[in-house]
Amino acid sequence: MRVGGSDYDKYELSFTIASQCAGSTSVHIRALMPRYSGSRFRGGDGPRMPQQVPRLVFVFAVALLAMVIARWYLVPDTFGDIGHYRAAAVDSIAARPMKYAGHQQCTLCHSPIQEARLASNHKGVRCEVCHGPAAAHIAAPMEVKPSIPRGRDQCILCHAFNPSRPTGFPQIDPVVHNPLTPCKDCHDPHAPEPPVVPESCAACHGEIARQKLVSHHASLECEVCHAAPVTHKSNPRSARPSKPTDRSFCGACHAIGDPRAAIPQIDLQTHGQPYTCWQCHYPHHPEAP
Amino acid sequence: MSTARFDPTRSRSEPPASPVLDRRRFLGEAAAGACAAAPFLLGVVRLPAAFGQQPDGAYDASEHYYGMGVDPRRCIGCARCVAACKTENDVPAEPHFFNTWIERYVITEDDAVQVDSPNGGLDGFPPLTQANVERTFFVPKLCNHCDNPPCVQVCPVGATFMTEDGVVLVDDEYCIGCRYCIQACPYGARYLHPETHVAAKCTFCYHRLVRGQVPACVEVCPTGARIFGEVRGRATPLARFMRFNQIQVLKPHLNTAPKVLYANLDGEVR
Amino acid sequence: MPGYIYPNEFELQWGLLIVLYPYLTGLVAGAFILASLERVFNVREVQPTYRLALLTALAFLLVAPLPLLAHLGHPLRSHEIFLTPNRKSAMAMFGFVYAWYLAVVLLLEVWFDYRKDLVLWARNDRGVMRWIRYALTLGATDLSERSLRFDDRAGRVITIVGIPSAFLLHGYVGFIFGSIKANPWWSSVLMPVVFLFSAIVSGIALVLVIYMLTTMFRWRKVDVACMDKLAQFLFYAIVVDFSLEALDFIHRLYEAEESIQILSQMVESRLFLSLIVLQFLMGTIIPLIMLALVSPGLRKGGFVRLPPELKHLTYLVAAVLIQIGIFSIRWNVVIGGQLFSKSLRGLTVYKVQLFGIEGLAMSVALLLLPFVILWALVKVLPPWMDEAPGEAALAAEGPAAGLPSQG
Repeated sequence: MRVGGSDYDKYELSFTIASQCAGSTSVHIRALMPRYSGSRFRGGDGPRMPQQVPRLVFVFAVALLAMVIARWYLVPDTFGDIGHYRAAAVDSIAARPMKYAGHQQCTLCHSPIQEARLASNHKGVRCEVCHGPAAAHIAAPMEVKPSIPRGRDQCILCHAFNPSRPTGFPQIDPVVHNPLTPCKDCHDPHAPEPPVVPESCAACHGEIARQKLVSHHASLECEVCHAAPVTHKSNPRSARPSKPTDRSFCGACHAIGDPRAAIPQIDLQTHGQPYTCWQCHYPHHPEAP
Repeated sequence: MSTARFDPTRSRSEPPASPVLDRRRFLGEAAAGACAAAPFLLGVVRLPAAFGQQPDGAYDASEHYYGMGVDPRRCIGCARCVAACKTENDVPAEPHFFNTWIERYVITEDDAVQVDSPNGGLDGFPPLTQANVERTFFVPKLCNHCDNPPCVQVCPVGATFMTEDGVVLVDDEYCIGCRYCIQACPYGARYLHPETHVAAKCTFCYHRLVRGQVPACVEVCPTGARIFGEVRGRATPLARFMRFNQIQVLKPHLNTAPKVLYANLDGEVR
Repeated sequence: MPGYIYPNEFELQWGLLIVLYPYLTGLVAGAFILASLERVFNVREVQPTYRLALLTALAFLLVAPLPLLAHLGHPLRSHEIFLTPNRKSAMAMFGFVYAWYLAVVLLLEVWFDYRKDLVLWARNDRGVMRWIRYALTLGATDLSERSLRFDDRAGRVITIVGIPSAFLLHGYVGFIFGSIKANPWWSSVLMPVVFLFSAIVSGIALVLVIYMLTTMFRWRKVDVACMDKLAQFLFYAIVVDFSLEALDFIHRLYEAEESIQILSQMVESRLFLSLIVLQFLMGTIIPLIMLALVSPGLRKGGFVRLPPELKHLTYLVAAVLIQIGIFSIRWNVVIGGQLFSKSLRGLTVYKVQLFGIEGLAMSVALLLLPFVILWALVKVLPPWMDEAPGEAALAAEGPAAGLPSQG
């Protein structure tokens, strides 16, 4: 069987296309080869396609068709409705049940307790922080009861002393602070102001007190440097204690000329100008350089 | 004395009784509670539609764009958020699966930084062993719901996505469990759920948002260290938080554009 | 509190199976590129390995997706990657790159290359093999000169398309890792290029080993020129691969970004054995020296002239060491990238399970499976030139071509 070179080139062209985008080529090849007569081409004459091409085109076409059909059936219905994802997924996630009901729901039945709490230092501590998830209770108020913590464990989660906690957050040392006594004997969790206004600043400012205790300022009472309004003890954020305002305050003890020789003394005029003392020395632990 | 503020009629001369043991007040409250609860118990009044086990149809995602503010200076490391999240979202109880967790940073005077998060903070934090602590604080972590989320970019099948209201979710019926998203998350916010074998993560409690509730972690944060709301425009606590604080995000150099915004974040946090 | 990892990082996500995946695809790409040397670049010496390299590539390509499939949380959902590929995801393209490479490149090339022989074998076969081989021809039994010329040209075109495809196949695997900006150990533009050259190294080494062992077990003489040429190309490929890796390493050290501390710590502790000892010393330096001395890579005939048997043994040892080294590279990339926390503050550990779907036994099975497939392929499609039906057989067919054999 002899074929002219130009015909051969045509086959090669069509083959290259066929191998790359088999799906649409059969039409193209038919157009190129008007006398193509199916896959058997023994006998007859003139330019014909090599036998390989239609066979391969067929195999690729079947594979592609299968893929298209599979896509048609298998892609989920809502896929791509909003973005490249199943829109139905958003709905099913949104339909998940809630377990924490939210404090608004508690108010509907327990408003007196809520009002007390909202007027207290626990106004930010919503019901479910201590009582746990309440959605089941709201759905069946009589059958399901939320937990009522009665021991010390729950309170200690927040109020045990931990130096990493922010300064000023009320913290106690559970070992020495009325050990074994349930917190609620003295503090109403819904209005936790202590029954006796704390004598000692350390009740809330434990971190500072502890640091001061091991420093050279251990003997100084808080009141030497801070004047706390009476209301600070009952409503700490509304009335804050005073702080020293200038260098001469520290100079009262630390300026040259003070007769107490054991106290380090400096010349206020030259030492560390123009900074205030506590920009370099931490008054509650002044050893730090 | 302290009880005087919510009961001004009470005489100061009365002995300071322990409030919980105050029978008179307890009975009063119980009665009031019963009265308030009666209509619900009798089935006369129904709870507002916002609180249903199914979201009502009124939610319009296009009206919202959520974000969360975190103020580490308020965080006391109590990990109530971690506990609530595990309950609310059925997060496996084992210690290595968290939608949110609390890290403790301890920076000593030699500039050494030590971080820990025992059981995500749930078991409390052991006493500090370091001497010369320069500063120490807690940082709540969670999925940052990036505006430019690398996890969504890499998901081969479109099983994780950002909703119209800006929340990054996982379609657990479609996820193939290839874990590429877990690799792509710079914040360690994703894990493979040990039972469903799909990627899982914080959803901002999407099922609560559509019912008008805040995420569970925000609901139970006793100090307001987590602030939830709209990052665009609307008057929400988050908008105020963003106006009055200097805002930082985690790993800004990765250009993920997180929507969890930190105020006063220490440079060592990453 | 030594070191910190995010709590969710406790479990490593990608284990031994995902180490296998780039290793296997690397072998595919490398073997194909070796095959293309003969076809496109007319390196006549490696002609004895041409068909063997093709079949090796095919056998390994068939196995390459299996570890991926086995590690999925939901293998039955894997078809989604074809249904709804996320165009922005590097991994989503896997299905298409793989399908392209398997169907359009490898299968077509093998088919065009073997068609003539398949027809001739089928005529002489008895029983099942006759029908298998006939089915494999897809019924295209025309052996006319024009038809054979078409086979040859088509094969050539496919090989030319195949070279960039092989680059794509493995460069793309590198891109899957290199494009993860969250991971400083992976995130590198060099990653696809390093993957590619290490693929070429591993592919050539593998074909060298298979060629040598199969020839020995068939009691034939190993083609000396072919072995020398293979060793020479292997040497060049290692030089390029090693240079690229060194560049990546030096670049990281010099830039010393915030991750450098934890990464150095990892290399010095967790990865010391697999990176410094296995990958660098055993997998690169020693074979490099062996090949530099013995192979004709630097000097015709090599610096050290050895008798052929000893020389071939040297090549074999070098090639096996290289395989260990390349496997270590994959391990160091995949596992190494997960041994440090993204908080850059601590290291974690990876414990290989012995059994189970992601265990060691599974991985060994998946490593052996390509050889089983290769054995089956060799049964149906013998790659040995001395067993191929020669021109005489074709001439004997004469005008009866296409009809069943006359016996």
